Amino acid sequence: MSATIKKFLYLNRKAPYGTIYAWESLEVVLIGAAFDQDVSLAFVDDGVYQLTKGQDTTGIGMKNFSPTYAALGDYDVKKIFVEKESLEERGLTLDDLQHLTWEDEDEDYAEKDSIALVSRAEMAALMGESDIVFSF
Amino acid sequence: MSKLHTVNKSPFEKSSLDACLQHVLDGASVLLLEDGVYGALRGSAAAESVERALASVKVYVLGEDLKARGFGEDRLINGISVVDYAGFVDLAAEADAVQAWL
Amino acid sequence: MKFAIQINEGPYQHQASDSAYHFTKAALAKGHEIFRVFFYHDGVNNASRLTTPPQDDRNVVERWAELAEQHDLDMVVCVAAAQRRGMVDDGEAKRNGKDATNIQSRFRISGLGQLVEAAIQADRLVVFGD
Repeated sequence: MSATIKKFLYLNRKAPYGTIYAWESLEVVLIGAAFDQDVSLAFVDDGVYQLTKGQDTTGIGMKNFSPTYAALGDYDVKKIFVEKESLEERGLTLDDLQHLTWEDEDEDYAEKDSIALVSRAEMAALMGESDIVFSF
Repeated sequence: MSKLHTVNKSPFEKSSLDACLQHVLDGASVLLLEDGVYGALRGSAAAESVERALASVKVYVLGEDLKARGFGEDRLINGISVVDYAGFVDLAAEADAVQAWL
Repeated sequence: MKFAIQINEGPYQHQASDSAYHFTKAALAKGHEIFRVFFYHDGVNNASRLTTPPQDDRNVVERWAELAEQHDLDMVVCVAAAQRRGMVDDGEAKRNGKDATNIQSRFRISGLGQLVEAAIQADRLVVFGD
């Protein structure tokens, strides 16, 4: 494997279920986690709908993939950025989203928050710093 | 560090152009292609936000897509440059990364 | 410079594959290297050799195959996305007990790791989609 470490940004701007983009992009994140890159996930615009808690797909007969987000910490994916303005425009707050955490091995497996709420300007800066942007 | 952002949606169908313009950093480039070229036309309700962005970012339109849709360079917002696919490649190579607003 | 190309949409329905093709061709003409073209989401449908467009239209699949032939392009179709959408090569047919295949021979089916690897190895990733 290459020694190059790149800043990967997975840009999520689409809601789940209506189209498959959210689910198939999550599949890339899971596979990509094995490559030891500097990974960030960005949830912007309708992408914030991917993280809502309480998703129940029994009535539509589709796989509920929302529990997978909670497993991201186990894959060492712990930088999840949610844009504040995108939430507000949709009448949502962090309380509407799943509480995602990761365990810090260096601090006796202390549970830490994975989600960072960032402003649009901070999100723009994050995008600007990325070496690779995956869009789906 | 400067990015090339690509937008391929009409600003009247999707919010991609607005979302892009709200996140571009000064000095970045924006390329409008496919249905994104409608955002490059003068006099539309979407033109104002593009004109404002032109103060701090460079905006390009893909000439082949513009022509295919029946518009000439004379209809473009002042300050937007036309590139062909080869120019698109140059923009992608000159930027340090390409970000698609799908 | 090394480019990696990601295509998220199938042929004809969206312009994504056309735009990616013209970009790839222009990049090659300028002497750049195309590290890999990766087909994801409905983009896997670009690999169907059973595609039969009308004679006065472009053949998106054949056009990719010809470009790949000329420049020895590595065109990879995501296996998970392909399985969902019924894109099958010999290996997949055998593994999943399917009675037919439909992959154009210049394309190969492989894992998502190929996309991640391309993003790491190439100087630029350019994504075409909807």
